[in-house]
Amino acid sequence: MITSKHLDRLSPPKQRSKVERYGVALLGALSLLGIAATVWLGLWVTPPDVNMGQLVRLVYVHPPVAWVAYLAFGVAAAASIAYLWKRTRSPFWDRVAGASAEIGVVFCALTLISGSIWGRPTWGVWWTWDARLTSTALLFVLFLGYLALRKVPGNPEARYKRSAIAALIAFLDVPVDHFSVLWWHTLHQPPTVLDAGLTPHIHGIMAWTLLLGFCSFTLGFAWLLVQRYRVESMRQQLDEESLTASLAERRAEADATADAEADAPTSTRPPVGTIAR
Amino acid sequence: MWRDALLVAEKDLRIEMRSRVTINQVAPLSVLILVLFAFALGPDRKPLVAASAGLYWVAVLFAAVLAVQRSFALESAESARDGLRLWGLDPAGVFLGKAAALSVQLLVLEALLGAGVVLLYGARLTGILLAIATCLLATAGLAAAGVIYGAISSGLRVRETILPFLMLPVVAPVLLAATESWRSTATAHGTPTGEPWLNLLAVFAAVYLSAGVLAFGPLFEES
Repeated sequence: MITSKHLDRLSPPKQRSKVERYGVALLGALSLLGIAATVWLGLWVTPPDVNMGQLVRLVYVHPPVAWVAYLAFGVAAAASIAYLWKRTRSPFWDRVAGASAEIGVVFCALTLISGSIWGRPTWGVWWTWDARLTSTALLFVLFLGYLALRKVPGNPEARYKRSAIAALIAFLDVPVDHFSVLWWHTLHQPPTVLDAGLTPHIHGIMAWTLLLGFCSFTLGFAWLLVQRYRVESMRQQLDEESLTASLAERRAEADATADAEADAPTSTRPPVGTIAR
Repeated sequence: MWRDALLVAEKDLRIEMRSRVTINQVAPLSVLILVLFAFALGPDRKPLVAASAGLYWVAVLFAAVLAVQRSFALESAESARDGLRLWGLDPAGVFLGKAAALSVQLLVLEALLGAGVVLLYGARLTGILLAIATCLLATAGLAAAGVIYGAISSGLRVRETILPFLMLPVVAPVLLAATESWRSTATAHGTPTGEPWLNLLAVFAAVYLSAGVLAFGPLFEES
């Protein structure tokens, strides 16, 4: 159990350079501004859609959120490859993969939730067993399993390796998910922007708002990734140093007891042969 | 690689022949699952027949999880895994061998469960060829994915709980495709419509077999 007493003894986390600190802060501020602007444009400025009416406003959130989930899983898979490749093998990539997958799971959940909010008024149901929906739900569970696997204790090297392989296998579902709307004729509509001919089916202010949504959510992902990575590396540092700290503490305790015994009058000492507890 | 695969498969099957864990424990359990489904759906024949394809494949999936667990319990006892490694076998060969042995056991289980579905639920099998093709492809996919996840979770203290959690979502497409393919044999008049689903099963098996051949090296080295 780590207590605040332990925390006091730890060396402070590595100081970041000024450029790094301001860069990360700028990233966070930009993404926040972008998301605020997306909300403003999406809710007040853009007109309702001819077919979807007011419901179109979810389009500025749902695809960007889904994109961030894909991106996060992609980064996790790429970092896993970097870990498995012997020349670039380092715990750094494992931490990146874990941080990215965690953000991906959150955004995947947001995708499912925002999609089902959209589905209720449009299709009349919160959930339907459509190929796109099913494969997204599978993706969510697959990476949930990956996160569970990461938490299993064991020899770090072996843990990093099996996590990396599990991430790569889980990532196989991402292309299936993306193309499911084209392979199976699903209830879910085909991609608005990334279709086969790369011709967007959205124009004017609506397109710009969607683009802004994509950019600001991506910036938000980058910011979260940096922060999550920092938390993870500090946690690992804490794990390592708190072990050394508690060892030192136990040793000091033992020394103190030994000193006290040496100072005490001989009569209070237990007779030779009894077991002192 | 192929020779090593054959050796490992032979070893696993010989252990099974002598210990009879799959036949004596997993097979009765999978039939029991069929009986429990029948209890859950009631004594009426109609819903049972309608759902028989799905229930059959769910039972196969659960049996597969147990078979995978058994297959890797063999390796973790008395550090048999280190023994395999010390023999200098090709990791890809070990993967293929374990997958082959698992496939044989799963095919036996599937035959038994097939008889169970016909006898207990009164399902009628029409397109025998399509059903057999479905079984073969689905089994290859199940065995390949199962051996990968068995290797990932073997040696962990939480392997019993983490294996189904990792493996079942991955093999969910097999359940879906195999069920649809079987259902098409039952409903089709003359021309079965299961072909796209068979293709999906074939792609799944090919993807996981090649993933296993590539990934088993690093997985097998340590952990």
